[in-house]
Amino acid sequence: MNIIEVKNLTRKFDKNFIAVDDISFNVKQGEIFAFLGPNGAGKTTTIRMLTTLLHPSSGTISVNGFDPVKQSGDVRRSLGIVFQDPSLDDELTAWENMELHAVLYRVPSIHRNQKIEKLLKFVELWDRKDDLIKHFSGGMKRRLEIARGLLHSPKILFLDEPTIGLDPQTRNHIWTYVRNLNKSEGLTVFFTTHYMDEAEKSASRIAIIDHGKIISDGTAEELRQKTGSASLEEAFISMTGKHIRSEDASAKDGMRMHSRMWRR
Amino acid sequence: MVSIIYILWLRQLKRYFRSRARMIGSIGQPLLFLVALGFGFGPIYQKAGGGDYIQFLAPGIISMGILFTAIFSGIEIIWDKQFGFLKETLVAPVSRFQIMAGRTLGGATVALFQGIIVFFISLGAGFHPTLATLPLALVFAILIAILFTALGTAIASILDDMQGFQLIMNFIVMPIFFLSGSLFPLQGLPKAVELVAYMNPLSYGVDGLRGTLIASSHFGLLHDFAVLSAVALALMGIGGYLFSKIEV
Repeated sequence: MNIIEVKNLTRKFDKNFIAVDDISFNVKQGEIFAFLGPNGAGKTTTIRMLTTLLHPSSGTISVNGFDPVKQSGDVRRSLGIVFQDPSLDDELTAWENMELHAVLYRVPSIHRNQKIEKLLKFVELWDRKDDLIKHFSGGMKRRLEIARGLLHSPKILFLDEPTIGLDPQTRNHIWTYVRNLNKSEGLTVFFTTHYMDEAEKSASRIAIIDHGKIISDGTAEELRQKTGSASLEEAFISMTGKHIRSEDASAKDGMRMHSRMWRR
Repeated sequence: MVSIIYILWLRQLKRYFRSRARMIGSIGQPLLFLVALGFGFGPIYQKAGGGDYIQFLAPGIISMGILFTAIFSGIEIIWDKQFGFLKETLVAPVSRFQIMAGRTLGGATVALFQGIIVFFISLGAGFHPTLATLPLALVFAILIAILFTALGTAIASILDDMQGFQLIMNFIVMPIFFLSGSLFPLQGLPKAVELVAYMNPLSYGVDGLRGTLIASSHFGLLHDFAVLSAVALALMGIGGYLFSKIEV
């Protein structure tokens, strides 16, 4: 059964820039699905459409049976999302961040405390529950975000470059959690990453997107065979080329660069 | 719905009370104005036949405390954009209206606290308000707080980073404060300044506070109340609209 179905999805931005160009793919329930591509390939735009943050220019999406455009509330309740950039409130404690999330997602108050406790123990942050997030390391923040994303019992967990900037120990830790969840709860996982070894090791299926189009999909093994490569990294490079992609600076870079100020 | 607005309101309060530096910092400025202007210009004001300047100035400085805190509580949305927390609230299955309402009420509550603190400081500087109408003064303080938090939210919704901070400070916050009659009476002003002061919503806030705290009002309390409520509603509408257009 497909839990995510994407058909002929296209997103254009102004100046006739096509970020996502007529892509179709499915994610099966219980699968760990890797969505790979160089910077600026259309990954984040696709994720924003799947998670209701951006409307498609054309094409259809079904997430857990719901349409992100018309049934955004149902889609949002079906998803746990860990964004590329941290999205915790630094001035609140771990517990308070979890509690806020529970209220926003209307987790019934009778289960709330019990669930928060269980998840904080699961990501090994229970003893730090009353510490402010600003004292947390990058890896601890990530673990907390994963726990938070699971709090409302989503059907699908979205991880957008979840291990960026983390040391190998923490990366290993995080993937162990995610694989355990996938196995024990049957949780569907949709993730992006630039670390090919993570996709090779954890993903049951991989799609590669470049210049807004899906150029290949299959298991890591299939992608290797298709290109006659020894590793997924080689296969990826041979499919997407060697030149480095440019990407617009994010607002945070802009803030550092003292550049643009007005959005419009 | 109430619990969602409540938890976002509570978040604003926690952030405020945890940041001692911010609390103390935002008391410094009104205190400086009260002491430097109040005691500095006091004798001249008295000679000019205006009476006790501290009595006149205190409501203006209380409004200032509320104005600054309210606008910056609204502008905090820029931080939340930069540091990602806004995304967490915007992808939750709740309406933007609820998020905006919780934030605005939280910011306004914090601004109100700030006004109350400045009120007590001004008592120390020799301010003698009319106690009977204190509850009415609170109504005006709340209106000022809500109005300017909504303005801050509207501004933050169209800005992407803090580069615009100086601009907002020099072209919005400072003019609103200085051209509101908080420091000088609105009678007998040059036409241009008078016109600006009459278009400035804070003028009606300061006047309302003065009317209730020292029983001296330029426009009349009902007039003040009507203008403040109307502008607050309009700004909440505009702020709500701009906030609903934020893309993350």
